[in-house]
Amino acid sequence: MLRYTFKRLISLIISLAIASVVIFMVIEVAPGDPASFMLGMNAQPETLAALRSELGLDASKVERYISWVSGMAVGDFGTSYTYRTPVSQMIGERLWVSLPLSLYALTLSTLVAFPAGIYAASRRGQAGDIGVMGATQLGVAVPNFWFAMMLVLIFAINLRWFSAGGFVGWDKGVFAGLHGLTLPAIALALPQAAILARVMRSSLLDVMGEDFIRTARAKGLTARQALWRHGLRNALIPVLTIIGLQFSFLLAGSIIIEQVFYLPGLGRLVFQSISARDLIVVESVVMLLVFSVIVVNFIVDLAYAAVDPRLRSRS
Amino acid sequence: MNRNLILGSLLTAVFLIAALVSFAWTPFDHAALNIPDKLQTPSASHLLGTDHFGRDLLSMIMVGARTSIAVALVAVGIGMGLGVPLGLWAAARQGTLVDELIMRGNDLVFAFPSLVIAILITAIFGAGAINAIIAIGIFNIPVFARITRGAALSLWQGEFIMAARVAGKNAARISVEHILPNVTNLLIVQGTIQFSLGILAEAGLSYVGLGAQPPTPSWGRMLADAQTLVSIAPHMALVPGFAIILTVLGLNLMGDGLRDYLDPRLRVART
Repeated sequence: MLRYTFKRLISLIISLAIASVVIFMVIEVAPGDPASFMLGMNAQPETLAALRSELGLDASKVERYISWVSGMAVGDFGTSYTYRTPVSQMIGERLWVSLPLSLYALTLSTLVAFPAGIYAASRRGQAGDIGVMGATQLGVAVPNFWFAMMLVLIFAINLRWFSAGGFVGWDKGVFAGLHGLTLPAIALALPQAAILARVMRSSLLDVMGEDFIRTARAKGLTARQALWRHGLRNALIPVLTIIGLQFSFLLAGSIIIEQVFYLPGLGRLVFQSISARDLIVVESVVMLLVFSVIVVNFIVDLAYAAVDPRLRSRS
Repeated sequence: MNRNLILGSLLTAVFLIAALVSFAWTPFDHAALNIPDKLQTPSASHLLGTDHFGRDLLSMIMVGARTSIAVALVAVGIGMGLGVPLGLWAAARQGTLVDELIMRGNDLVFAFPSLVIAILITAIFGAGAINAIIAIGIFNIPVFARITRGAALSLWQGEFIMAARVAGKNAARISVEHILPNVTNLLIVQGTIQFSLGILAEAGLSYVGLGAQPPTPSWGRMLADAQTLVSIAPHMALVPGFAIILTVLGLNLMGDGLRDYLDPRLRVART
């Protein structure tokens, strides 16, 4: 296990290094000098040069890449060109919306998908199974931002149970905060729950065909007892992998859902920064998203290997 | 023939035909503003109603289908065109440095969700349909590379490959002449699924303003326009929403149906 962890760690570091180079280079070729953008068309050459050196834009590309990466390693993401505040502080504030939203959605999707998948698998081919599978087909096809608009129409505008947009913040208490994130989280969770329910069902059905289930049945367990005692535990392994993968879709999906609900999260920060050509913010947020995806997948890989020793030797 | 395949093909055909017909004819000019007729609910003259500028929604949906289908189709083309050769190459050189590099490269692209790629591309080149295609297309490459490699690996163990080797064919020729024809079914099914995901992705990107720009109609943009008016003109949101759902549902059902039809072995283990 130690050897496997070490190997995966090396590949994690390589992935992060390459990703950071790619992002840095992409932003480098972006047209428009941030300093001249900040000062406008009529800037004096001297002021421009002074600002460029203040922002560190006059250093060589390699120097700037190294200072960007080494800064990030200690939590310093640089200073926003437009707001003149530390990028880490801006990201930190927005993260308090985006991260709870993603986790809330992940929780909801799991809470729905597990029972739905187990129910469908235990009634394979019957009306209940066909119903659940039909619902998941629909769930996968619905664009989450459209679903979000429908939720707003029904639960915010007509029934007035929730607010249609904005975020009250966490100062009003955890409950008020969660209440404000409920509609966005439901919208975000829907397609993921549909996918997860399908994976849960097919994984359970695969496991239920295994020899050890037949043994359990031969010992006198009913089909349902065998499913709960032996099937579920073994079916969870692929399901957990999918949950890990879904994390990246949730983070990306939250960027769009934040637009529907006018939530002050990472997504809005990115779009504001693109239009203001505040590229250092774009660069850092994108790197953060990619970083979290790579790290989550790394953790899933390790968890997977810890549960299933066969995988350690294979890789 | 199975029910999924028939229903899915029918739904898909409706939107394909709508897109094709829109080149020659739409009920109204999709871009013509007609303020007196604004925000009309569906009626005999405007079958799906009008938007806040009095534009005919049916005409916009028909022309928007063009955008969605074109973006998704080209994106699948990019994914297949680059992903399949990479997958075949990795499988032919299994366990070597080439294989490792291709697979690690795939993992890396996977870490950039298509929306993040789109954001990066927009930051440089600005928003537009072409950039949406590139963003979705890049994300498709590892999907096809991975599925091709996976299927090709088991095929390489086959005796017919050994026979081809004995006949003196090299790895490249075997990949093209013997492996590729055997993974085609799989690629068709995956292509359908990626096509439907492409439609969803295009809608999402143009909803946040990163996709097709006005005046090119797109379903995502129509939803963005509908958002502020959803309480007074819900049909403006319902119409493009159902267009997306039915197209994606149709493609997914078709993919499921094709999988069963092309590979009877999977019928039993279907998910």
